Amino acid sequence: MTSSSDVRSPARTGAALALRGATLGRPDAPVLDGVDLVVTPGEILTLVGPSGCGKSTLLRTLAGLLSPLAGEVGQDGRPLTGPAADRALIFQEDALLPWRTLRANVELPLAIKGLPRAERRRQAAAWLERVGLAEHARHLPHRVSGGQRQRAQLARALAGAPRAVLMDEPFGALDAQTRAGMQDLLVEVLRGTGATVVFVTHDVDEALFLGDRVALIGSGRLTAVRDVPRPRDRSAHDDPARLALRRDVLSSLGT
Amino acid sequence: MSGKERASRGRGVPRLGRYALRAASLAVALGVWQLLTSLDIDLWLRFSQFPTVADVARTFADRLSGPDYWTDLTDSLTRILTGFLLAAVLGVAVGVLVARSRLAEDLLGPVLEVVRPIPAIALVPVAILLFPSNEQGIVFITFTAAFFPVLVSTRHAVRALTPMWEEAVLTMGGGRWRILASVVLPGALPGIFGGLSVGIGVSWICVISAEMISGQYGVGYRTWQDYTVVNYAGVFVGMVTIGVLGWLTSTAVELLGRRLTRWLPRTSYVAAGRSPRRVDRAAAAVPVSPTTREGVPHDQLV
Repeated sequence: MTSSSDVRSPARTGAALALRGATLGRPDAPVLDGVDLVVTPGEILTLVGPSGCGKSTLLRTLAGLLSPLAGEVGQDGRPLTGPAADRALIFQEDALLPWRTLRANVELPLAIKGLPRAERRRQAAAWLERVGLAEHARHLPHRVSGGQRQRAQLARALAGAPRAVLMDEPFGALDAQTRAGMQDLLVEVLRGTGATVVFVTHDVDEALFLGDRVALIGSGRLTAVRDVPRPRDRSAHDDPARLALRRDVLSSLGT
Repeated sequence: MSGKERASRGRGVPRLGRYALRAASLAVALGVWQLLTSLDIDLWLRFSQFPTVADVARTFADRLSGPDYWTDLTDSLTRILTGFLLAAVLGVAVGVLVARSRLAEDLLGPVLEVVRPIPAIALVPVAILLFPSNEQGIVFITFTAAFFPVLVSTRHAVRALTPMWEEAVLTMGGGRWRILASVVLPGALPGIFGGLSVGIGVSWICVISAEMISGQYGVGYRTWQDYTVVNYAGVFVGMVTIGVLGWLTSTAVELLGRRLTRWLPRTSYVAAGRSPRRVDRAAAAVPVSPTTREGVPHDQLV
């Protein structure tokens, strides 16, 4: 499946993101110190940690919305200077423009790229179809459910063909069932995009299901980065290696 | 379909009733006025010198057939529309600038804050000194009156925008003009229209006052002329004209605002929750409204 989509868009590979000795936060309030992290092209890296630990700060820094207070942040070996279309950001909620229909929201990154109207329509329709929102394309965001809004955000972020997708607790406001469905949908729609994903969550099970690797954050620093056995495999939840990792993660977050 | 019919029937009958009620309110007011004046009631408040509704109506009819009335009307409308449109454009522009740029805030803020409390009508001497013609002076005063409400509400609305909207567009690769066009202006629109509604009202007050002081033609000028020659019926014709014009223009602003901010979540609830007696019918109508609205291209707005 991956190979066929690679044929369709041979040029699209994920971005490599790196932080070296970075201090992150706002000038008056640094929250993370000495962060060294390399995100390899095409992987899904999940970031877990208690709320307020600086997960979002790290993500916003990778997006280019915040500059590091010290150290370096880079993409593909070059320093990162600001936000750009190849690093899409997905928020927890309410990031769709409320005056635009779902379709118009998905068309926005395409319009920014300067695609002609007909092409925008076509691609937006295809993305909405892919996330199961074809029926709701002409609805305003407040007319659809929270889960549907997040699907639309996913479609909007991916429509711009980013090389990295940065997700800030995107399913955090959803109920457990919708959340599991959204995780499956995410895995499904990411296929063939080749995009690197950094996924912030405070839900350990979500982090272990989605991530190739999981990074733990606590008490002002990045404490560990662990490989996840059998990622994105629903039947792996009782795999002994996975259970051991889960125990480790929980205990390290507990302290 | 049946839901749609039910919704329209549920809304149709009480709406007619409400219009009847509004018409009756006006009719009663006019009736009381006619009664008080035709009977020459003098109970502390003196209505004996007051023109009756019939007098005013007769004078109104005479004026309508004469040429001066329409000249006055178009003159006043031209002045207010010019001043108001200038105020709308500049008020939004300066409001956005001051809200988005610290430098602009520091440079323009103090001047604006000092000029703002001065009533526009007190600027008549300034207008006379500054402008070569009375006409421009009146437009200037009308402009100043509407400018500040628009500026202040724009500034507040822009500052209150959800930062996430801007961050989302930034991470799509949008630049500052894209953010202005796709986030700042549409997002601030509800607030801007609040300012425009206030502004058009204040503009009328000021255009009429300025015409009374220094005008050549115009509804305010005519009304003051009628007063100086003790033509009270004429004064009332002027007042009615001002009232109707003011009402029409503010309704136009209101309707335009409602049309452009139809995406606001609350509008649907206002429509459904108007009358508590129809709560269950209104609740049945809510799921219907998305389909009835489907044909409206909201995305064309921005």
